Amino acid sequence: MSALLSLSHVGKDYPLTKRGPFQPRRTLRAVDDVSLEVAKGETLGLVGESGCGKSSLARLIMQLEAPSRGSVSLDGADLAKLGKSALKRARRDFQIIFQDPYASLNPRMKARAIIAEALHNYRLGTPAEIAARVEELAQQVGLGAHLLDRFPHELSGGQCQRIGIARAIALKPRLIVADEAVSALDVSIQAQILNLIIRLQSELGLTLIFVSHDMSVIAHVADRVAVMYLGRIVELGDTETVFSRAIHPYTRTLLAAVPTPTPAARGKRSAPAGEMPSPLSPPSGCHFRTRCAHATALCADEVPALREVGGRAVACHHAEALYQPKDASEVVHV
Amino acid sequence: MNTVVDVENLSLEFRNGEQRVHALDQVSFSVARGETLSLVGESGCGKSVTAMAIMGLLPKASARITSGHVRMAGTDLIGLPERQLQQIRGNRIGMVFQDPMTSLNPVHTIGMQIAEAARRHRQLSHAEAMQRARRMLDLVRIPDAGNRLTAYPHELSGGQRQRVMIAMALVCDPQLLIADEPTTALDVTVQAQILELIADLKAELGMSVLLITHDLGVVASTADRMMVMYAGRIVEEGPVERIFARPSHGYTAALLRSLPGHGTGRRGTLTEIAGTVPRLDRPIAGCAYAPRCGFAEPGCSASLPPAPEVEDGHRSACIREAAVFDAMRDSPIVRSWR
Repeated sequence: MSALLSLSHVGKDYPLTKRGPFQPRRTLRAVDDVSLEVAKGETLGLVGESGCGKSSLARLIMQLEAPSRGSVSLDGADLAKLGKSALKRARRDFQIIFQDPYASLNPRMKARAIIAEALHNYRLGTPAEIAARVEELAQQVGLGAHLLDRFPHELSGGQCQRIGIARAIALKPRLIVADEAVSALDVSIQAQILNLIIRLQSELGLTLIFVSHDMSVIAHVADRVAVMYLGRIVELGDTETVFSRAIHPYTRTLLAAVPTPTPAARGKRSAPAGEMPSPLSPPSGCHFRTRCAHATALCADEVPALREVGGRAVACHHAEALYQPKDASEVVHV
Repeated sequence: MNTVVDVENLSLEFRNGEQRVHALDQVSFSVARGETLSLVGESGCGKSVTAMAIMGLLPKASARITSGHVRMAGTDLIGLPERQLQQIRGNRIGMVFQDPMTSLNPVHTIGMQIAEAARRHRQLSHAEAMQRARRMLDLVRIPDAGNRLTAYPHELSGGQRQRVMIAMALVCDPQLLIADEPTTALDVTVQAQILELIADLKAELGMSVLLITHDLGVVASTADRMMVMYAGRIVEEGPVERIFARPSHGYTAALLRSLPGHGTGRRGTLTEIAGTVPRLDRPIAGCAYAPRCGFAEPGCSASLPPAPEVEDGHRSACIREAAVFDAMRDSPIVRSWR
């Protein structure tokens, strides 16, 4: 397995404004020591709740932010070490699809111009060639050619998302980050867009990082999944392994909270106690310990490292005890 | 029957110059005392308009109710003068909106905002109203309620803001709580907390809940009865466990099939709903879903399908309901309910 993308001990701090002249400068640690690899052609799902750092991580991968620590490498080349023009060349290889299909399209540009913009930026052909390529892309994403001369406000959410996808694949990238790409859509449209993304991935041999808060979407598209909590990865492994028998108490909490359209959901009490702590002052040791039923003194003292237990990586001091292969009652289905 | 609110043949259109949009078409339902009734459908189907019409919150200049009644304890809310409507709104009916950040006033403390309805409807003094607000914060399980009264909305988390919204809606002990997508903007663990809170309060206070959502998982976990809405019409209604066990409308079936993770297999093709929602600027003669429906036959578009009972208390406006159920019989979701 060769890694296309590799993150090594990546961290990102955002400095906050001082509260007063003699107050210490505070920082928000959005991403904390994240290391992972994504193989060519693979789909990695990134799940977690608001403020867990999944979108920050997506922005670091996209080089929209510079990491405070660690490195992001594409095909072995550290992206932070590239010069401006080399980075611009490299950007062709990684593109992003955003969550809000309306907000991420320029309202003053027609669909045709939005899709063509990147092609013009990289001078990929004569105007006639670019025009032909735009029509080809529109066809690839299932956008009727008659819609190319419309503005975003004249199109539906699903159609706008197709434009966003056409724009992302225009430069023939190798890696696409889909940041909550289907979260704003109705279920029937969500199904269309998920089908489209999966189809394009296999047609174009794309590597995909799929960021979502929706467990059922991740379970559907991702080969592997990384679960994040307060800036750290708490569990990482094959989607089926992780979702069918989660080890980390946070992963279990998250899966149990998903309302499923099955009778098992009726009257089920699955809400965790308490709220996510402020990322400004996360608990010491394991960030989840304040809400965890299994927490001990060790959890407050030491940050648990990601380690191999039960065929996946888990950052929990009690992972072995929680991984009981025969205990069917802990099995959670999404 | 012991009902809290009765909606009967409610039709509503929006007017903009010569343009008309038929937003609701002959909507009828009633909410029984103590039940949670869920209204499900996709964007633009008329779920929120139904709620706003009950509350009398639609813009008078453009929204026109062309027929129907909304009865609450014998009073028809349609056509009621604004002054009398204000006695009911916020008092006998409480409402929670989707986005707690934009529904709360950022420049007033949450204590003031909760107390406002109590002062208005119950003629309480400032001190009494603040006392009441404090009890409400306890009721919605906000820790350290006494100190939180003076907090501003931006100082609260998303889940706490939604708790404050619920406290505001319940301050006058309404008989009916209308919750319009109350958890859509929240994370799943917070969503689970808020749904449990609403269920607990419903039982504690003996109120009824009209829960508007697009999420069939939320319906399954919280509602007693459900109604599926499409293009301004209710297409299927009945007890939750009956509808999931015997989906009897082409649109309900399509919604269930498009959910990821249920029988399609990982990365398998999800069932898409072909086409787009119909334009509502002219009346639709037959079933509004027929042009997109895989089960449709020529009769579907000819005339409005009646909504007979498929089984006890379960109605479907679909002449192909037998074929729909036959096709859905082996769906893992349907099987799990049988």
